[in-house]
Amino acid sequence: MKKLVPSVAIAAMLAVSSLPAQAGSPWVVENTTTKEECSACHMAYPAGFLPERSWRAIMGNLTDHFGEDASLGDAARTEITNYLVALAPKELRNVSPIAVPLRISELRWFRGEHGARRIAQARNDSRIGSISNCAACHRGAERGNFDD
Amino acid sequence: MKPKFVLVLGTASVLFAAAVVANPARDAIVAGFAAEAGVSAFSAEAGQAMFLAQFTGGKEATPSCTTCHTSNPLAAGRTRVGKPILPMAVSANPDRYTDPENVAKWFRRNCTSVLGRECTAQEKGNFLAFMISQ
Repeated sequence: MKKLVPSVAIAAMLAVSSLPAQAGSPWVVENTTTKEECSACHMAYPAGFLPERSWRAIMGNLTDHFGEDASLGDAARTEITNYLVALAPKELRNVSPIAVPLRISELRWFRGEHGARRIAQARNDSRIGSISNCAACHRGAERGNFDD
Repeated sequence: MKPKFVLVLGTASVLFAAAVVANPARDAIVAGFAAEAGVSAFSAEAGQAMFLAQFTGGKEATPSCTTCHTSNPLAAGRTRVGKPILPMAVSANPDRYTDPENVAKWFRRNCTSVLGRECTAQEKGNFLAFMISQ
């Protein structure tokens, strides 16, 4: 597993549709505004983890962003939305085409990969804080490497 | 009127400078809040009280500034997903409150999250006075 190119491994696990032809990787956040704004509070999650409709929903409700106001100016919000939507898959495996998942950590593959025990452990370990803190364990997460 | 006003503010800045090195950009942000609030000085004590207070009008997950920033402004805080937040006190983090857009963004977001409304210029000035005094 470790030797697999991460984007191929994750893409095979997640995507149903082929990824868009847009330049840029869906597994590494390369847009500066996206990286800076999102990573102020959490790792800037790469576009490939959620279908495009999910990113639209998240970016359309930043005043209540998982229980916090994460509002942005119009220019930054539009730039980030366009960037994420352009790189996101249309559909994800095991996600109904009418579902709009908002949390990567609630996707079936995510729960399967991490398991209930590790998810609880992450919450209770002060060095991690929550299962949403990818980079606490996946040291290469911000470079798109989640294999460790 | 105006020159006197500036002079009073200048005195306040000197008092703050006892704890930290003055920064023109930060002074301008504080002066902007003073002008907006129509006051000549801010209260670090009131800022501290707001920083430590528990509120009920905001979002459930963030009843207080200290939810994420801890009650010690000199210490690093933590976002709700576990990412570290640099200390709020200027002495521990000299770059704090030097970018007006950034200051406006975080007051807007965090006052809405914690208090359930935007903060007044008076509250923002008091808050900065406290963080500058730390």
